[in-house]
Amino acid sequence: MKTNYRSAVHDAIADAMRADERVVLLGEDVGRYGGTYAVSKGMLEEFGPERIRDTPISELGFVGIGVGAALNGLRPIVEVMTVNFSLLALDQIVNTASAMRHMSNGQFSVPVVIRMATGAGRQLAAQHSHSLENWYAHIPGITVLAPATVADAYGMLRTAMADPDPVVIFEHVGLYNLSADVEELVPTDISAAAVRRTGADVTLIAYGGSVPKALDAAERLAAAGIDCEVIDLRVLRPLDDATIMASVRKTHRVVVVDEAWHTGSLAAEVSARIVEQAFYELDAPIARVCTVEVPIPYAKHLEQAALPQPEKIVAAVHGLFGDGPR
Amino acid sequence: MIEFTMPALGADMDEGMLNEWMVKPGDTVTRGQIVAVVETTKAAVEIECWHDGVVHELLVPIGQTVAVGTVLATLLEPGEQPGPSLPKDQPAAADTLPVAPTPAPAPHPTPPAAPIGHRLWVSPVARRAAASLGVDLKTLSGTGPQGAITLHDVEHAAATAHHETPKPPPPPQQPVSAEPKSTAEKSRERGAAMRASIAAAMSRSKREIPHYYLADEIILDTALNWLTEQNAGRSITERILPAVLQLKAVGLAARKFGEFNGFWHDEGFAPASGQHVGVAISLRGGGLVAPAIHDVSEKTLTELMADLTDLVARARAGSLRSSEMSDPTITLTNLGDKGVDSVFGVIYPPQVAIVGFGKPAQRVVVVDGGIRVATTVHASLAADHRASDGARGALFLAEINRLLQQPQDL
Repeated sequence: MKTNYRSAVHDAIADAMRADERVVLLGEDVGRYGGTYAVSKGMLEEFGPERIRDTPISELGFVGIGVGAALNGLRPIVEVMTVNFSLLALDQIVNTASAMRHMSNGQFSVPVVIRMATGAGRQLAAQHSHSLENWYAHIPGITVLAPATVADAYGMLRTAMADPDPVVIFEHVGLYNLSADVEELVPTDISAAAVRRTGADVTLIAYGGSVPKALDAAERLAAAGIDCEVIDLRVLRPLDDATIMASVRKTHRVVVVDEAWHTGSLAAEVSARIVEQAFYELDAPIARVCTVEVPIPYAKHLEQAALPQPEKIVAAVHGLFGDGPR
Repeated sequence: MIEFTMPALGADMDEGMLNEWMVKPGDTVTRGQIVAVVETTKAAVEIECWHDGVVHELLVPIGQTVAVGTVLATLLEPGEQPGPSLPKDQPAAADTLPVAPTPAPAPHPTPPAAPIGHRLWVSPVARRAAASLGVDLKTLSGTGPQGAITLHDVEHAAATAHHETPKPPPPPQQPVSAEPKSTAEKSRERGAAMRASIAAAMSRSKREIPHYYLADEIILDTALNWLTEQNAGRSITERILPAVLQLKAVGLAARKFGEFNGFWHDEGFAPASGQHVGVAISLRGGGLVAPAIHDVSEKTLTELMADLTDLVARARAGSLRSSEMSDPTITLTNLGDKGVDSVFGVIYPPQVAIVGFGKPAQRVVVVDGGIRVATTVHASLAADHRASDGARGALFLAEINRLLQQPQDL
């Protein structure tokens, strides 16, 4: 069955709503407009205005409504247009949703799923294009997911709906049109990283929109005789250290690809963990391919120049080897 | 306060095990005195102290292996009063005998005189592999990013060493324990370790040093006749061997042609001030060492003969001194007694030259247009082309020939 990422997210939401009447969807333009990225097209007609709620442009308000609804027995899915806008809702997510179970000594849980678009590449400029996944990955009490494949776009959302605690899902804007042949869309786990390509020489670690770029780079490097393993982190919090370290022990070289800026990035966290847990396996310094430290430019050539690209990944991999033999 | 550190007893040594302390706190030490015995991969070496002073504190217990540059003991300068003891954050190893192997402390505060301006760059996995494969990192040149030594470099070196050693190297990761080992076990381990370190040093030499080779046939009749006359007046034990003439000739020639006497580092060639000729001595259990006879050009033949006899005996007994291991500025190898006509040596880095002598034998030579039979020896020079050129090498070898024709001046 040929399908795409957008349809997979759509189907996951629709299937969740059909399976459980407590599931509701709320967010800006999710109803009449069918979703900023057309994920919820047709849902208003199928499920009605009670369950598909268009909200005002007030992230603090409607994310708070989602948290409150979850506390009171619903299973809300909240769509935030981009991660940039979610900063207005940080208080609800960080101070309320993530901490409620802890502060109530386990009496209250917040089974909310907050979906948001992230990332650049569509010329949406500096207020709609950033990658702030690591801001959320920093917070205990929430699970942070970054599906990078069509199967995960469906599967991780379905599994997240069953989680009794808050889950934040990042959908990279560059992935919505990604299509794939999937036999059957099924729930997938939300605890482990996945090896998307096995290799012996270098481990490329990526997530979200950087996964296809890493796979692309791995293809090019294979032509140059360098055999890359590509790890899709999938779960940004809690990180799956075991999969990462197993790969490092095999390849001894690591490039971390992250569309966030270098400084304080998830790539930095992954690098630190590798140094802590697998230092004696490293045969070269860990390299990072992140976004140039500027607000994402609007101009297409500047935007592309700022972002991680397969060429930059290829160059970083070559940098792990001296002039010696491999 | 004087810090007495683990010396580097050759370019291929990066750690050593303290075998014996020959002084204790409170002892007065004079410059040149042997204060400790250190076990290297090659031999148990007596370590001299190059300061006058009074032993203050022994910091490394017997049986512990430490990196080159580690402070082994502190000495008070003559007249110095003991100050407050060392800050406690400095591991005072003397207090507790470690039960488990302890990682060698970082070489501080005086790191070994590395030719590069920074700590040897070795990837973590390469360092770990080197430890378990018994590869000496100092002998490798890195091929990784920024010239770092990588896992591949270590594995390659280990494979090369293994190839040259019929017997496998000693079991990896020998724990540094204070437990005594049997003598046989020790000597077997040392033999394998020596094989590995010879393999590493020679591999490095052939990898890094662009050797060039020159040879000459030297007529020895004058020298041997002169020597026979000299020895006639001496008791058997005082007799001088022809090898000593060769040794002195090499020392004098090395003084005249300084570019063959010294060390090649990254910054280039550094001539040495004295002529300390390393004499290749094969050991009975296999392997070889090339400890120095110091200041060869300054010594009489009688002194050199005594030095050589003493050195060979001690080398075979495994009790060389640190200065003998680390000081050679040029090497002499003589395989004449093994019956070969000539030998072309492999330079021991960071030295830049090795002179070889084969078997003195009666050979047909042409002298002044006439054919006659003379006793000759084939002399060879293997030299580092980075430090010298063939034309100078030819003059150097010719100088050795000239000196051997005038034995009375040796």
